Amino acid sequence: MADHRLTFPASEEDIRKLRAGDLVTVDGHIIGIRDRSHIRIFDEGIEPPLDLSGAFLLHTAPNVRKRDDGGYDPMCIGTTTSARMVRFTEGLGRDYGVRAIAGKGGLPDEAIEPMREHGMVYFAIVGGAAALETTQIEAIEEVYWEELMPECLWKFRVKDFGPLWVGIDSHGNSMFHDVNEQATKNLEDILARL
Amino acid sequence: MSTVETDIRQAVEDAAAHLYVWALKDIPQDLRDALADASERETSVPGQRVLQTILKNVQIAERENNLVCQDTGIAVYYCRVGEHFPLHPARIYQALYDGTMRATLDHPLRSNTVHTLTRENTGPNVGYRVPIVHWDFVPDWDGLDVKCVPKGSGSENMSFLKMCVPADGVKGIKQFVLESIVGAGGKPCPPGIVGVGIGGSADYAMHLAKEAIARPVGTRNEDPLVAQLEEELTGLLNETGIGPMGLGGDVTVLHCHVEHADTHMTLNPVAVNYQCWAARRATAHVGADGTTEFDREA
Repeated sequence: MADHRLTFPASEEDIRKLRAGDLVTVDGHIIGIRDRSHIRIFDEGIEPPLDLSGAFLLHTAPNVRKRDDGGYDPMCIGTTTSARMVRFTEGLGRDYGVRAIAGKGGLPDEAIEPMREHGMVYFAIVGGAAALETTQIEAIEEVYWEELMPECLWKFRVKDFGPLWVGIDSHGNSMFHDVNEQATKNLEDILARL
Repeated sequence: MSTVETDIRQAVEDAAAHLYVWALKDIPQDLRDALADASERETSVPGQRVLQTILKNVQIAERENNLVCQDTGIAVYYCRVGEHFPLHPARIYQALYDGTMRATLDHPLRSNTVHTLTRENTGPNVGYRVPIVHWDFVPDWDGLDVKCVPKGSGSENMSFLKMCVPADGVKGIKQFVLESIVGAGGKPCPPGIVGVGIGGSADYAMHLAKEAIARPVGTRNEDPLVAQLEEELTGLLNETGIGPMGLGGDVTVLHCHVEHADTHMTLNPVAVNYQCWAARRATAHVGADGTTEFDREA
């Protein structure tokens, strides 16, 4: 289990070095995305208004305060459950060159193959730890699709963002698959004793 | 009379506005203790790091006067209304509605409420039938207790109902709870509180499960048979290995709380309602004269 520090946007080479279970801290730029912004891109066919190649996508809908100059200050930014958005994984890698998807709770096994094929990873964050996460966000640099508030596309500048675990790597491994497999076995033993 | 009613209405609105934000920022001591205890018990490396991060986050929220979690939830209130409390529940509802809206706009808090079909945002955490308020009425009393439980979607999405049959027995109840939590994996932000409602009817079982998650962490049901089930389920759930945030480990749940109701001879309903580790709740006791005491531990 190695520790890594990565700056985003990142290259496929950077991503292929990561293995499931590794710890990662991130600097640079990350993009906030959520259910409605995914639906707009993939179900409504509207092109995202920014370049997502090499991007780190964070499943989030933040608490923000609008400034007089039209910009936004972060108030409390945390992470939502990723599994709801699993069906967009393939398109994000294939069509837009996204390199990392981060959220909480993991992605189901259907994300493993697209991540292997397109050189992507899933980062697991500590869900609910939003007060900490907010201190790692230096600024909200851009907000796209404001009419979807709070499910807009957000461009954050981050420093020391983490801890993040490589939940799914680009080599076909998933911590969540392994934990679920073990838990299913444990459950069988427990049920046999009831 | 109208002046008294106006003051009381204002007191309830103020209480709601304060409770909503306070619950989001300052989690109860019993929950802090349960998380610290979990951190000591956990042996997996990722699990330990998750729990240390959670404890650090609670401290940062306090230091920065920030929300513990970004999900400001759907505002749920539990009201115990005394027979002689001088404000009718219809007005209490309006006061809770206005207080929720005011807190959302003043802080400001993220607005989560949408029309369930159009998905359009309906405004500052209020909407049609939102906030959600549950009522109990107490004879020979003139007070009002309001408990605010902002419920995040990550945990609420992990709600499960099964209409077991009588022949499934208690074993069927245990099996369904265990399967539900293994199926939920890391999604509801474990380790949290597993609320289980048994008996009553389909809707009432889920209501009881929600009531169970709103109890102080680790309290036991007054019925010794139910308390025994709580102990047993807490132990078994922690044998599953799901662990903190589903990354594997010893602590999958902080506690399992069970609430029950008598039921029909051919019913055996079991409902599971998960509460994430950020199990937020805060209570106000409002007197007949409008004086309000806030209580983080109730």
